[in-house]
Amino acid sequence: MTKLPTWADVVLVPLISLALAAIISAFVLLGIGQSPTEAFWVMVDGALGSAYGWGYTLYYATSFIFTGLAVTVAFHGSLFNIGGEGQAQLGGLGVALVCLALPWPHWTMALPAAMVGAALFGAAWAAIPALLQAKRGSHIVITTIMFNYIASALLIYLLVNVLRPAGQMDPATANFPPGTHLPTLNEIPILNLIFTKKVPANISLFVALICCWLVWLLMWRTRLGYEIRAFGKSEKAATYAGISSFKIIMIAMLISGALSGLMAINNVMGESGRLVQNASEGAGFIGIAVALMGRNHPLGVLLAAILFGFLYQGGAELGLWTTIPIELRTVVQGLVILFTGALDQMVRMMLGVFFRPRPQARAA
Amino acid sequence: MDYATLLQVLDTTLRLATPLLLACLAGLYSERAGIFDIGLEGKMLMAAMSAGAVAYLTGSVWLGLLAAIVGSLLFAAVHGLASITFRGNQLISGVALNFVASGITVLIAQSLFGQGGRTPPLEGAARFNPIKLPLADELAGVPIIGPFYAEVVSGHTFLVYVGLLMVPLSWWVLYRTRFGLRLRAVGENPASVDTAGISVVRLRYTAVAITGILCGLAGAYMSTGLQAGFGKEMTAGRGYIALAALIFAKWRPWYCLWATLLFGFFQAIALRPDVIENTIGISIPVPALDALPYILTVVVLAGLVGKAIPPRAGGEPYVKER
Repeated sequence: MTKLPTWADVVLVPLISLALAAIISAFVLLGIGQSPTEAFWVMVDGALGSAYGWGYTLYYATSFIFTGLAVTVAFHGSLFNIGGEGQAQLGGLGVALVCLALPWPHWTMALPAAMVGAALFGAAWAAIPALLQAKRGSHIVITTIMFNYIASALLIYLLVNVLRPAGQMDPATANFPPGTHLPTLNEIPILNLIFTKKVPANISLFVALICCWLVWLLMWRTRLGYEIRAFGKSEKAATYAGISSFKIIMIAMLISGALSGLMAINNVMGESGRLVQNASEGAGFIGIAVALMGRNHPLGVLLAAILFGFLYQGGAELGLWTTIPIELRTVVQGLVILFTGALDQMVRMMLGVFFRPRPQARAA
Repeated sequence: MDYATLLQVLDTTLRLATPLLLACLAGLYSERAGIFDIGLEGKMLMAAMSAGAVAYLTGSVWLGLLAAIVGSLLFAAVHGLASITFRGNQLISGVALNFVASGITVLIAQSLFGQGGRTPPLEGAARFNPIKLPLADELAGVPIIGPFYAEVVSGHTFLVYVGLLMVPLSWWVLYRTRFGLRLRAVGENPASVDTAGISVVRLRYTAVAITGILCGLAGAYMSTGLQAGFGKEMTAGRGYIALAALIFAKWRPWYCLWATLLFGFFQAIALRPDVIENTIGISIPVPALDALPYILTVVVLAGLVGKAIPPRAGGEPYVKER
């Protein structure tokens, strides 16, 4: 097979995968008797056509940046953390416990504490699968799947039996104190000139952007990041070079879990202001698509997260204005994962045709 | 708990264990051939929708069953293409196909019936009806065994018995036939199978196709046997419980039966919290029972109760030496 130039591998492969996913989705829409072009424009208009739409797109993107980075860090250590969903749910629990513990006077104090809570709970939920992988060789994919289900059962129990205030019917915690309210983009000076209507995107967006930079710094500018990447490329070589596999598996998974958990400051603290059932709404799984699409680089993750934010907000608009079910976005999400993660060799082979070294022109 | 209640719970256990058993055996073939499949859930869902839709439209449950197998095989084919032909990541392919199935089943059902992603309720010949086994009435009078035979063993739908028969059949195929030996070998050491002049690719595709057929049965049972019609996300994680059962069973057919019966039992008693409270005197929260299969699987994975060793070449694409 022809080896592709780096730029083609980094830029073309994800774009072509995306195009393939879009084409198949278009056929699916045609198959169920809908118009793909109409659907596309409804999505573009609803998600990107107004500051209000962007406010939602960026809100979803914020969550996806966190979970995408989480999958990325683990991927570099050749660990497939599919447990982002459970870790994000536990992160939500951490945020809720912190926010409800004290009558926080101002968000500037509540946010750092909530971040610590979210990250600790998320990391704790990743710790057991990591330990089992490192010590017992149990496959991390299977254990993290199991932990997603255990997390969801745990959260249902806690919300119904423990955290629900007396007299409230729906399984959710009490509302967080007003001092924990995170400023949304329409409440931040200067930005409020653009975002005039109330939008859910909030200050967590900037935390997410800082996390992108920190993950880049960690992976490519520190010794630890180098060790994680070396371990991911070749476990044997890394062990031979004196890198402890136990340490790398634990640290990579704890960072991954903490990043998934951090997502909760966006949805739980920033948007709903209380912890409800299934608060993460599948964002942990979208992190997989985001990381694959973003080629496991923080910049790629950022762009892919915005793309999926568009897909989510656009999909919601489809549900509102057309008869196309909102589940279309799950199909697109699955197709993107399929093409970028499992059929990437096929895409490379297709591209390889164009990058085959040309036979030397014969001298005249 | 009196005997009658026990029989009721066991009856429900068998009904709820059947989709797990069929999916677990489905996974067994694929994983024994070295292809990890976390897409059992998606294939079941696709099959459940196909069965529900076609059975409703044609009024024949058998055509529904056929559609279920076709739908499931389509997904199996994509998984095979990704993991065998294009040597992609099998785990990612499984995850991806689960998402595609979760969305596309709703899209199709909604466009066909416009009932919020459900298929209309099935009646009569459009679903599998209970079969009364011979002598069930005559033996009902015999103490203990009679009611057990009449209540628990008899009176299930066709696919329940198919599932039970699949266990010895799978054991025989895997351990007593040439095909089974080759299938197990290709999951442990594909190079040796290749050296013997047998096509690794063809064997693995066959295994993946068997997985597709069995998932088709599991999904068809969900919408035409256990329930009367397809509903959005109706498999509710059963594909993953089946995967857990497969690990719990350490990739062996008879153990698959015991593991899925155990997990089916947990699901059955989760439906009857009153029975638990009366029997052991304390009430166990339902979420704890729901989580029990997953917790037990983690315990097994941790190696606390014996060690679960997966097929050695599982998850690795085979590259022929040149």
